[in-house]
Amino acid sequence: MWHRILALIIKELWTNARDPKTRWVVLFSPPFLLLIYAFAITQDVSNVPIAIYNQDMGVESREFIGRLEGSSTFSKIEYLQSSAEIISTIESKSAAMVIQFGPDFSRKLGAGDDVNIQIILDGRRSNTAQILIGYVSQILESYNRERLAERGFSAPTKIVSRIWFNPNLKPIWSAVPSLFAVMTAIVGFMISALTIAREREMGTFEQLLVSPLKPLEILIGKTAPALLIAITSATAMLVLGTLVLDVPVRGSLALLYLSMIIYLASIIGIGLFISSLAATQQQAIVGLFVYMVPAVLISGYATPVENMPDFLQWVAETNPIRHFIVICKGVFLKDAPLSVVFQHSWPMALIAVVTLSSGAWLFRRRVS
Amino acid sequence: MTRMVGLTRKETLQVLRDPSTIMIAVILPLLLLFLFGYGVTFDPRSFNVGLVIEQPTAETGSFKASLENSRFFQVETSHDRRFFEQDLVAGRLNGIIILREDFARVVYRADTAPIQVIVDGSDPNTAYLVNNYVQLLWANWLEQVSISSGQSRGPPLASLEPQIWYNSQVSSKNYLVPGSVAITLTMIGALLTALVVAREWERGTMEALLATPVGITELIIGKIIPYFLLGLGSMVLSVITAILVFDVPFRGSFLLLLLTSSVFMLCSLGQGLLISTITRNQLVAAQVSILSAFLPAFYFSNFVFEIDSMPWALRMISYAVPARYFVSSLQTLFLSGDIWSVIGPDLIGLGLFAVLIFAITARVTRTTLD
Amino acid sequence: MKHDTALVTISGVSKLFENANILAISDLTSQIRPGRVTGLVGPDGAGKTTLLRLISGLLRPSEGKLEVCGFDPVKEPNSVHEVVAYMPQRFGLYDDLTVFENLNLYADLRSVTGPQRAATFERLLEFTGLKPFTKRLAGALSGGMKQKLGIACALIETPRLLLLDEPSVGVDPLSRRELWQMVYELVDQGIGVIWSTAYLDEAERCASVMLLNEGKLIYDGPPDALTDRVQGRAFLLSNIEGDRRSVLARTLEKTAILDGVIQGRNIRIVTAKGAITPLPSDLLAGEAAIMASTPPRFEDAFMDLMGGGQKQPSPFLKLQSTNAHQNEIAVEAMGLTRRFGDFTATDNISFEVKRGEIYGLIGPNGAGKSTTFKMLCGLLKPSEGFARVAGMDLQKAPSKARARLGYMAQKFSLYGDLSVSQNMDFFAGIYGLIGKKRREAIETLVSTFGLASYLETNAIMLPLGYKQRLALACAVLHEPDVLFLDEPTSGVDPLTRREFWSHINAMVGNGVTVVVTTHFLEEAEYCDRMALIYRGRMIAAGAPDELKASARSEDIPEPTLEDAFIALVEKDDRQREQT
Repeated sequence: MWHRILALIIKELWTNARDPKTRWVVLFSPPFLLLIYAFAITQDVSNVPIAIYNQDMGVESREFIGRLEGSSTFSKIEYLQSSAEIISTIESKSAAMVIQFGPDFSRKLGAGDDVNIQIILDGRRSNTAQILIGYVSQILESYNRERLAERGFSAPTKIVSRIWFNPNLKPIWSAVPSLFAVMTAIVGFMISALTIAREREMGTFEQLLVSPLKPLEILIGKTAPALLIAITSATAMLVLGTLVLDVPVRGSLALLYLSMIIYLASIIGIGLFISSLAATQQQAIVGLFVYMVPAVLISGYATPVENMPDFLQWVAETNPIRHFIVICKGVFLKDAPLSVVFQHSWPMALIAVVTLSSGAWLFRRRVS
Repeated sequence: MTRMVGLTRKETLQVLRDPSTIMIAVILPLLLLFLFGYGVTFDPRSFNVGLVIEQPTAETGSFKASLENSRFFQVETSHDRRFFEQDLVAGRLNGIIILREDFARVVYRADTAPIQVIVDGSDPNTAYLVNNYVQLLWANWLEQVSISSGQSRGPPLASLEPQIWYNSQVSSKNYLVPGSVAITLTMIGALLTALVVAREWERGTMEALLATPVGITELIIGKIIPYFLLGLGSMVLSVITAILVFDVPFRGSFLLLLLTSSVFMLCSLGQGLLISTITRNQLVAAQVSILSAFLPAFYFSNFVFEIDSMPWALRMISYAVPARYFVSSLQTLFLSGDIWSVIGPDLIGLGLFAVLIFAITARVTRTTLD
Repeated sequence: MKHDTALVTISGVSKLFENANILAISDLTSQIRPGRVTGLVGPDGAGKTTLLRLISGLLRPSEGKLEVCGFDPVKEPNSVHEVVAYMPQRFGLYDDLTVFENLNLYADLRSVTGPQRAATFERLLEFTGLKPFTKRLAGALSGGMKQKLGIACALIETPRLLLLDEPSVGVDPLSRRELWQMVYELVDQGIGVIWSTAYLDEAERCASVMLLNEGKLIYDGPPDALTDRVQGRAFLLSNIEGDRRSVLARTLEKTAILDGVIQGRNIRIVTAKGAITPLPSDLLAGEAAIMASTPPRFEDAFMDLMGGGQKQPSPFLKLQSTNAHQNEIAVEAMGLTRRFGDFTATDNISFEVKRGEIYGLIGPNGAGKSTTFKMLCGLLKPSEGFARVAGMDLQKAPSKARARLGYMAQKFSLYGDLSVSQNMDFFAGIYGLIGKKRREAIETLVSTFGLASYLETNAIMLPLGYKQRLALACAVLHEPDVLFLDEPTSGVDPLTRREFWSHINAMVGNGVTVVVTTHFLEEAEYCDRMALIYRGRMIAAGAPDELKASARSEDIPEPTLEDAFIALVEKDDRQREQT
């Protein structure tokens, strides 16, 4: 039995390694893309142009503006001359935020009244808008605290903040673990989802079915090489992520690889399942997309899973990408213990068992 | 003319007969709309925090109540921080708030720190927001305590008065749903078209077509029209569903929407044709269009990720991604209206891309098999 | 021959594929005339398709010049496309469109509109007999019907020149006869037709033949003139004593014999030029054997021109020779019935194949032959009945039973992106061959099939004949007891076909059982017995000579197997009409 499986595995590896185009796409492009997209998926906001419209002639607003200019977050600041410009600036997206100081800003502050600073934000980028509000309010807060201190009022007690796992809040540290999980999935899908459909279109699948190979052997022979290739590609990404992008791996590599094998088994299981269902390569590709795009979207990759409605959170439990992202963040940054990894590994193992066995069942059914 | 009509009719019949067309033009966009409309959201939300009260007193009870009453937090309480640390590792908690043993004693003194916050830096955005909200609640709580105890509250303070234009409910579906139209049209134009043309080469039907009097322009146009219409049909379906089912506002004119969508559709059709002309093989065509059309449309379009925050080199790349211009126009048409200062430049960008890609395709396409 | 009547003038044309460095056409000069069928014949990879593509303007010549109906296909491709119709090897039909929609497309492409279109369709559907099937998807048509539709699409606008690339591959004898009738009608209207083929019996039906080999034109003229060179050298050896297959193998070793094939119980031989005709006793065919002169065929002349066929005895002959277990049943079909919904593809088919027998399954396209074949080798589950191979039920002990069968699929189904040696390693592996045994098996087959120089070539790049050789090699690596061959020599030239059968015959001598399907009835002559399957039922069974005898009539005193096939099918049609 093992000789037969070994022959299948060697064949699959050759198929992927012989064609230079496939070799490039499967083995080398994922690490390359990891490098590019790691910089693209930063969710903090920097370099966003903002504008200031100051109707106040006093000192207070100038001091406040000085603080804005001094902050590293706002590198491009435009100054507006009239309120009409506010509309056109926001409309045309030349600034994502306009900060407006009223004509009596300094006077009111001096007279002991509370004042408001108007900020106008572009709701077409409401996520950015939220974050910009946060930045400005932080600057405002320190401004207020210092004003209080200057007048001899004791500042309210402080909060001590500790940021664990990523103390400098480097966006790339958070981007790489989840991107690693997603890119590994894409590699696994690309290798597995077409294999059966392609063999069926070429007629070689019939050759396998008349040979003494049992469905289980075909299954192992298809899964193992895909696993090997995906792990190789993942290892390249891991090396790149840690050495070039300087992301730490604080947890146990053994745990990472162990859970990655389970993860890939579930991914390949899904791929083979789609492939067994499809009648043609085109259907397999389209089917893969219709599964993959939503699966990535509800994986917690771009938006938090806890944000989704309850029933979608349940659906997300059946999504291996969602579990592996937690494991990756855990192992890369948080030195996750076995218990945490296990919590997210057994659902993936279950998915793998279900999809792989139904894939094997479909091999025989879809012959004629 | 007859030839083009014939090719178009043939292609249309094939489009209508293939289940994968329906999958990509109807099911996928509705699935995306549903996810962006109901599930996947950037909206402000409540975070799960663990509150550690080392020594319960009246003060800690009062602060706990103000945390629980805020819309920002879902609070779990314990007396030992170790109880929560693993949850932070597993990502089930977004932060831990610790009220020290001597909280009641030192809370009103200046320059002390009776309260400590630990946030999960593996998601900087969340870390930032949790920290900010705790700061805010803390300041409010102190102020309330000082008012109720009749203390003076010091000199006047400045405060922020934010106005969010175009999207006052700050709902992320309002900009994600329009963005998903760009993803769908990219898939129809670049992926589906690449697949069907590559299939003609693989099955040998292209050889038969080339042996007839049909010219290359007729061939390309006849091929494009059905997918162009399919794309626009899918767009209209998405837009109507977005407005009627998902309550996304639409403030621009439909005519302009149709115009920008058409130009964008030309861009992705051109990409699809070019990919299939070069590869002539379904498998490779699919892989290339994923890498060169789909992923860039997802990452470099301001759809989910902010282009302005990316490094210089990536910002430059984004100018070569047609989805960038299209998403910008879509979001503007949906949320603000016919704003020419945005749509004009976008249309120019899209138009240039379309002209360029068709020029390249025409150069690369040959009417012989050599 | 007057120059002005030529439809196509080819002057000194060469075509070099630079990427692969293959000279596909080498300095070819010829003319093609209207109003007759010009046969483009030659072995695989001779350059037939390349020449057709050059004429239709789909390829540019590297050297030389073509003139097609007065136009230069390089400079005026559109003018050439207006008057030349081309049917590529793979039809160019859209499987997911109906017959009518396919016709409509080509009518649009050729700008045939209005009442003219309706009249053309009427005429073409009548002509091709496709009228009842206009609403059927092209993908659901049988091979013969696809070819007819392909021709109909090419004829929408009556062309001056019609190019047909291997139109008879995968087509049953009945449809093939109809195709030829169609083409003759066209020729009578003055159209020039080029018919490319590897089947040499078709060359005899052409008015003129261009014989290509390795890109060179080796004969250009009427077929009879070439056949004349083997006049008086063809004989039929009948009343043979003993095993005719081993007699043939021994016969071929003689230098006096150029070529030999099995014809039912007899052997047909062609002697070498200038050789003394051997006596039956020289050929060890037994005392009673009779050697009679028989009319030569174009194929004989072709073999003569190519220097004869396989002379070396197949290495399989040497393995082991067992004549024991002659009566053991190797393959058994019992009441095989398969339904797809309401449609009964095969209805109660039963037969037995003894060990060491060659059993043929023949029948028109879509008659249930492939369905039967698939049930026999376990690819399809019968709705009723069962099939046993080597005494085992394939549905019950699949893995064990499959280990004892070898399978060669109809269309090329090896891994195209793997090299020859990788393919062989793979198939050896999945059949459980390991270590020394595997190495030896592979070495033997590589030398047997002459694959040594192709070991590192990707299978997809092999010439057709080598693809088929590799496919057979992979099917017999594990020395199966039963060999299933699905149209093993479809589209293959006579040289390769002879080599093929010399190996198969040798294996059968060793006790291997062969089940084979074929459209090519010359090949069916190799079978010991065969079943004719038509409309899902087995309408006749027996040895080739018995089938031929059953078709003997006053009109046809000496029927070929093809005649018998057609007669039996027509008889069945009549019987069904009566009931």
